[in-house]
Amino acid sequence: MKRTLLTPLALVAGLALVAPQVLPEYYVTLANYIGLYSLVALGMVLLTGIGGLTSFGQAAFVGIGAYATAVLSTSYGLSPWLGLLAGLLITGGIALLLGVLTLRLSGHYLPIGTLAWGLSLFYLFGNLPNLGGFGGISNLPNIALFGWTIDSSADFSLAIWALVAAAIWLIGNLLDSREGRAIRALKGGTVMAEAMGVNTARSKLAIFVVAALLAALSGWLYAHLQRFVNPTPFSITMGIEYLFMIVLGGAASLGGALFGAALVTVLKQWLQDLLPHVFGQGGNFETIFFGALIILCLQYARDGLWPLLAARLPQRRRAAAELEVPVEAAALPRREALPANQPLLQAEGLVKRFGGLVANNNMGLTVNSGEITALIGPNGAGKSTLFNLLTGLLPLTSGEIRFRGERIDGLSSRRIARLGVSRTFQHVRLLPQMSVLENVALGAHMRGESGLLCASLHLEREEEARLLAEAARQIERVGLKEHLFDAAGSLPLGKQRIVEIARALSSDPYLLLLDEPAAGLRHLEKQALAELLGKLREEGMGVLLVEHDMDFVMGMADQVVVMEFGQKLAEGLPQQIQDDPAVLAAYLGGVE
Amino acid sequence: MDFAILTFLAQDGLTTGAIYALIALAIVLVFAVTRVILVCQGDFVAFSALTLATLQAGEVPGTLWLLLGGAALVCAKDIVTAVRRRHAARIPLHLLTHLSLPLLLWALLGNLDLANLHGALKVLLTLAIVIPLGPIFYRLVYQPAAQASVLLLLILSVALHSMLVGLGLWLFGAEGFRTLPFTDSSFMLGDAMIGGQNLLVIGIALLLIVALYLFFGHSLYGKALRATAFNRNGAQLVGIPTELAGSSAFFLAALIGACSGILIGPITTLYYDSGFLISLKGFVAAIIGGLASYPLAAGGAFLVGLIESFASFWASAYKEVIVFTLVIPVLLWLSLTTHHVEEEH
Amino acid sequence: MSANNPLLNVERLSVCYGKVEAVRQVSLAIGEGQIVSVIGPNGAGKTTLLGALMGLLPAEGEVAYLGKTLQRHHGVAQRVGQGLNLVPESRELFSPMSVEDNLLLGAFSRHRQGHRDHGLTLAEVFDLFPRLKERRRQAAGTMSGGERQMLAMGRALMAKPKLLMLDEPSLGLAPRVIGEIFRIITELRATGVSILLVEQNARAALKCSDYGYVLENGEVALQGPAAELADDPKVIETYLGRKSAAPAPAAAALAG
Repeated sequence: MKRTLLTPLALVAGLALVAPQVLPEYYVTLANYIGLYSLVALGMVLLTGIGGLTSFGQAAFVGIGAYATAVLSTSYGLSPWLGLLAGLLITGGIALLLGVLTLRLSGHYLPIGTLAWGLSLFYLFGNLPNLGGFGGISNLPNIALFGWTIDSSADFSLAIWALVAAAIWLIGNLLDSREGRAIRALKGGTVMAEAMGVNTARSKLAIFVVAALLAALSGWLYAHLQRFVNPTPFSITMGIEYLFMIVLGGAASLGGALFGAALVTVLKQWLQDLLPHVFGQGGNFETIFFGALIILCLQYARDGLWPLLAARLPQRRRAAAELEVPVEAAALPRREALPANQPLLQAEGLVKRFGGLVANNNMGLTVNSGEITALIGPNGAGKSTLFNLLTGLLPLTSGEIRFRGERIDGLSSRRIARLGVSRTFQHVRLLPQMSVLENVALGAHMRGESGLLCASLHLEREEEARLLAEAARQIERVGLKEHLFDAAGSLPLGKQRIVEIARALSSDPYLLLLDEPAAGLRHLEKQALAELLGKLREEGMGVLLVEHDMDFVMGMADQVVVMEFGQKLAEGLPQQIQDDPAVLAAYLGGVE
Repeated sequence: MDFAILTFLAQDGLTTGAIYALIALAIVLVFAVTRVILVCQGDFVAFSALTLATLQAGEVPGTLWLLLGGAALVCAKDIVTAVRRRHAARIPLHLLTHLSLPLLLWALLGNLDLANLHGALKVLLTLAIVIPLGPIFYRLVYQPAAQASVLLLLILSVALHSMLVGLGLWLFGAEGFRTLPFTDSSFMLGDAMIGGQNLLVIGIALLLIVALYLFFGHSLYGKALRATAFNRNGAQLVGIPTELAGSSAFFLAALIGACSGILIGPITTLYYDSGFLISLKGFVAAIIGGLASYPLAAGGAFLVGLIESFASFWASAYKEVIVFTLVIPVLLWLSLTTHHVEEEH
Repeated sequence: MSANNPLLNVERLSVCYGKVEAVRQVSLAIGEGQIVSVIGPNGAGKTTLLGALMGLLPAEGEVAYLGKTLQRHHGVAQRVGQGLNLVPESRELFSPMSVEDNLLLGAFSRHRQGHRDHGLTLAEVFDLFPRLKERRRQAAGTMSGGERQMLAMGRALMAKPKLLMLDEPSLGLAPRVIGEIFRIITELRATGVSILLVEQNARAALKCSDYGYVLENGEVALQGPAAELADDPKVIETYLGRKSAAPAPAAAALAG
């Protein structure tokens, strides 16, 4: 991450310093606009490409930033810096409110909410009496910074691109941190992230607010660059254009934001000159062109143009420094050890109904520390439902679940995870683009505490080193050391399951719930997994295992629980189960 | 406020509300069947009103070129597929199905004496030009990305809409139009004057809603569309092709949009870009129905129409602000009552 | 396989999810009027196999149906139109709609082909499943597991299939209902419908089948006439594991 940031940062710095001295005024102005749009687009990348949310209302946030400083600095004669503060505060407040309202709903309510909101704000800008109506507010003062008055294009170029560079640095830092991993996990669905103890609602809200604040910052600069504001640049059309920038550029990378902003700005200038010559006057031809371009881009190059371009650039070899994991970092504190063979998880009388179907009926089981309990049963017996009940993913219809004596039914999966229950998923839920190391570090999320601000400034490097070292230790332990930096999605499915185990282990759990861990493993890999589980058992961990490989189950388990029709059919030692005629009938079918 | 103003505002609100109800129904329908949030629903309305206005002015409407171009592109796509699958024998069939209607319309519009054509025929011509655009947009824009996420489909919708606004300006110009009223009659109810045109709009809108209700409740094709909305996999397994369901939903949306445009044309001046606000108000209504319930969405639409009408009387400058801010309490209510369910892919 | 003129003939079919091969080089055949079972433990690739045959999943290999090769671009709807029908493990009913509407939609494909004899077919389905007739006005989502399975089968029968593929029809059902379902499967054969039955409930499946395949890790591990397979101890091993596996140390300690 660090090194990939260097290139854009160097480019930006070079542009800001050199360009204004050598280029004609027209190009400097164009570059300034690209910078302003880039600020907004960077926030959009964080929100859309990385977080999987989107907003059409970013232009309205730009507008708030612009109008706040315009009103304060003209009508009240206050410093533009106060205007900046006011703009950021108002924007942050509104983003918080909108976010709280829409982020709990399915993904498409946020964009629709922002669409409606962006539109009403546009009309407010045009109609509120002290905002100057559609005519706008003019004669804004210049920004002064320690005696440096920012008034020429070249000055603005420096200021704008310094801020763009700062934004790239901060967002880059953020993404390369514990909070950043949580944000990147949002796109893979909230279930996995919550099971790792991530407060996904908070993460979503955070990126929405950050994106809004970046937009407001851009608006503040815009107002003082133009020294004039009116509603037009903050309309919903512009909000849509910001979205187009990142879709064209590539929504998943910071480079895509810059590239998209530049591409759209330059293309638009060029098309506005060219198209009327071709088609005659009186059209808005560039919107037709952009619309078609976006449609084709989404149909044929869904990740945008930047990744296509980046793939053609000569690939740098990854620097050795980047591949180093701080193994010497101090180990993270662990939970206190538990005595073996004590009940960890006790479930009694669990009932789960889906409409007319009873998926679990009066089901119960106990998992002890230092023991491996296997849960088996034919397809459709209700094992997955039971797993989801135990981990808080589904609410119980009735029944009681205790973990170390405490009631945990009714708790969210995040709270249950915090108590020391960690799990893997039947359908692997890794983030395929992220490295194995980062995926596993996500499991240690609960063991760190530094927040967004710390992460953006990289003030949490010591904690981060300890988290990564812990993740690396767990990866080594499960035998995937050579895959530390490979993208998780590039591993065969069997190994991905093992990565999930490492991820679960890095949360330092008392109880490990494994959903079909041996599926897709080769013989030797199964042996290694059995060895690992044996070691965990010796350390006092409780393991609940759903598995269909019966050789594996019968060889590993201390206790086997058999389910059929949502109920417990049998319970006992592996050999007792193998000899039980009722179990045989459940698997092969009864003969009537 | 006296009774006369009250009834005037109320009938104004109910009339636009009826149109919003139609729009909201189309939005809910398309979303349920295809997961597409149809931002360009309002563009069907604007384009149909402007097409009718152009015909009434005795000229050939620009939407004809849009139809011809779109149909040619769809046809080209099908021919490419046919060639790839070595089904060259199907090419004449594709040409016939995709191009015969647009070419027929082209020939008709080129040869008819538009200025002296009967009004009803102009309405029919408008419908014939605008409605096929729905399935064409589906085939060209959405079908190639049918598996994409709701978010991506929404961005596609916005891109299509912004294309249409650009095309609208090119084809119709920046000027606004009103179509000729269907009736000039009006009558007094006490002190208040009731406009015949308003009654006609509300009546036809209600008729359309009833017709849709009958179609979805009683015909096998209507049921098949509902079934697709409930369970896409199940629908595939009984042989309802995803493509057919999508095209049909877009056909109905365009039909509803085109009818709405013809109904609202004499009451409101429409511009090439009026569709967006109409769509958004339909959305507000659809959101009131949680993007799922037709009756709630229709109820919401009448509410939006009434609020807009009264707001334009009391605070005309803030009319749009008030309507769109209405979304906030609705979202609050939805967010408090909905239990978040993870969207599995 | 003895059928000279198979209804469905599958040669070296493979299905991949990304890098993982869920079904590997599977060949099988179903003759007209036959019931063929594919059994095997969970995760063996049975459902994937059916998905590929139905056109829901892209697959490598050759599938001939009614003597003609099915191409990759032959979509699900096209296959349904040719009398190839699947009752999936998840049933995929239209829950808010009535039982009768669910059944009528089963005839959608035939309706598109111009047939209008759904009333007759509906009566036949009601004869086969009298319970559905009693509940014809009820919403599908309110029915019990067994009734849902009957409705899913009834819906598929409304399409008058030549080859009916059933994915785990006994899944999650009580023994009495399972007996009923298998009785109906046998009855269907008598009406000329060929059946490809995917089951975990091996005994019940083999009992009513002519031929059987055992799928393990995506490959055909065993095959043969159903009666022979039913007595093969190797079948039990694929389900419950070998007895010789060393018990875990702790388990051994507890047992001793």
